[in-house]
Amino acid sequence: MSMNKKTMFTYGGLALFGILGPMLFPQYTLSIAYLWMMVLMASTWDTLGGQMGYNSLGNITFFGVGMYVSAIVQISFFYDGGVGEYTSAMGSIKPEFTAAEYFWGLGLGILAAGIVGLALSLVFSSFMFGLRGPYFAIGSLGLAIAVAEVTITIDYVGGASGISMPLFPGDIEFRSTFFYILCFAFTIVSHFLLRWLYSTQFGLAANAIRDDEDKAEAMGIPTLAYKRIGWAIAAFFMGCIGAVAGNMAGFIDKEVAYPIPTFGIFMVAMALLGGKGTLWGPVLGAIIFHVVKEATWTYLLNLQWVALGLILIINIVYFQQGIMGWLKTKYPELFGIVVDTSNIADDDEKEVAR
Amino acid sequence: MSEAIIQVDDVSKSYGGVKANVDISLQVKRGSITGIIGPNGCGKTTLFNSIVGYHPIDKGSIKFEGKEISHLLVGDIARLGMLRTFQQTRIYSKMNCVDNMQISVSHRAESKSSMFVSRKGEIRERAEHLLEFAGLYSKRNLISGDLSFGQQKLLEFAMALMNEPKTLLLDEPTAGINPTLINGLIDRLRRANEELGITLCVIEHNMRVIMNLAEHIYCLSNGHMLANGKPEELQNDQRVIDAYLGGH
Repeated sequence: MSMNKKTMFTYGGLALFGILGPMLFPQYTLSIAYLWMMVLMASTWDTLGGQMGYNSLGNITFFGVGMYVSAIVQISFFYDGGVGEYTSAMGSIKPEFTAAEYFWGLGLGILAAGIVGLALSLVFSSFMFGLRGPYFAIGSLGLAIAVAEVTITIDYVGGASGISMPLFPGDIEFRSTFFYILCFAFTIVSHFLLRWLYSTQFGLAANAIRDDEDKAEAMGIPTLAYKRIGWAIAAFFMGCIGAVAGNMAGFIDKEVAYPIPTFGIFMVAMALLGGKGTLWGPVLGAIIFHVVKEATWTYLLNLQWVALGLILIINIVYFQQGIMGWLKTKYPELFGIVVDTSNIADDDEKEVAR
Repeated sequence: MSEAIIQVDDVSKSYGGVKANVDISLQVKRGSITGIIGPNGCGKTTLFNSIVGYHPIDKGSIKFEGKEISHLLVGDIARLGMLRTFQQTRIYSKMNCVDNMQISVSHRAESKSSMFVSRKGEIRERAEHLLEFAGLYSKRNLISGDLSFGQQKLLEFAMALMNEPKTLLLDEPTAGINPTLINGLIDRLRRANEELGITLCVIEHNMRVIMNLAEHIYCLSNGHMLANGKPEELQNDQRVIDAYLGGH
């Protein structure tokens, strides 16, 4: 995992922004927290979607499930009545958690959310990877919708009326900073895990599956195992960040937990915008997308969806490989891609002559 | 060294009403180079597909090193050490040549940890060495999809060698390659067989190539096994000449 100067500079800049951003602009702390969350979503989506060519539209499932699992853990660990009694009281019971109880509950909740997300992805893997191309995409979207619908039939977690999350034991500024740090930290961990992962045989196997899965099978690559691992990693992080997002929101229901038309689609759009199948594409895409989204929400209200749609159209029509892909074609030498300038036919003859 | 590494007995395969293979039996001896010839559409590629597990066979038995494999899947058979190349060359076209080679390492002893090994070191050295063997060293950092068709064929062959198979099934290795390159390829096939000890089974239309290369040749016609024998025997077999050699 050697880094060149350019990469170090990029990390330095991002770290500086990550640390100084919320200090200099405290009113934007939560907005920047969402920015990191979107970087995480796009990056982990790309493991399966970009690197392996399996366009999942259902990764948001793990986000929602993680959110609910965390809520269950946080409440039932320290409230004797359990989640059932808590939710059936429709918010009239507000148990006071001590700070220690709250943070323990949150920590365990996030961990449980990640683990359940991962386990769920393994269950899905057992039948979903029989599908390829658009069938996988639509199938995974179906999963997200189905899980969301099943969730609201479960009275134990409040059914359609949702759950009020435990109150944060601290003032509002500390609350923002705390959740900001969680989002930032998870994004950093996921980024470096993926960075390492793509530098191993795993990265090559993923790309081989993307380029020609039948060939990969014929060469003996255990493709199913790689796909499983790729989705499991995404599911773990989506579960964890879902737990964090639920606590940031303070109240969770179907719309908050399974935002299929927004985050569910955004994460794909961001990866496509930045350039799928690259480490930095989803990061870049998420940053640009989020900035445009926030700016249009503020200054172009009512036209925000038009603006986002416009970006997507320009992206899909003119930059199908995304920004990183476009840069790679335009300036290949920047990415260490070698362009053949010799005459290929000429070279053949030489090889034979040798 | 004369026992059969691949033993095919009475294998039949139909697609709908088309009987692609009818009661085919053949043997590939360990360490040999075996040829399969026959007119277009006679069922050669179907036979290959049956052997490597691309589709279930209708009846018969296929053994690899004495083990029944007709019920196994493609990946399982590949991990036993039997690989095939494709008539329509298949490589990972958006990756560079070295990466194509590196991911083609043998997955026979795959464990969770070997999925996450670094790409540097021994694997990379072997990849570069074999690219040199295939005459592609100077192209090693190019995106493989940008190579000429002939070079892609060589790359696919080198990828197969990287996998260190016991047996390699080659589907028309010289199709679409210019005549000068063909000689280099024949030479490399022979060296792979002699130096690396890889058993080869080759489908080929180029008579000059297969008659030079193979020790034993099977000739298919209309899904049936027509004849088999040494190259010179087949060249003088009237049935083969009628079905194939005289056919054009």
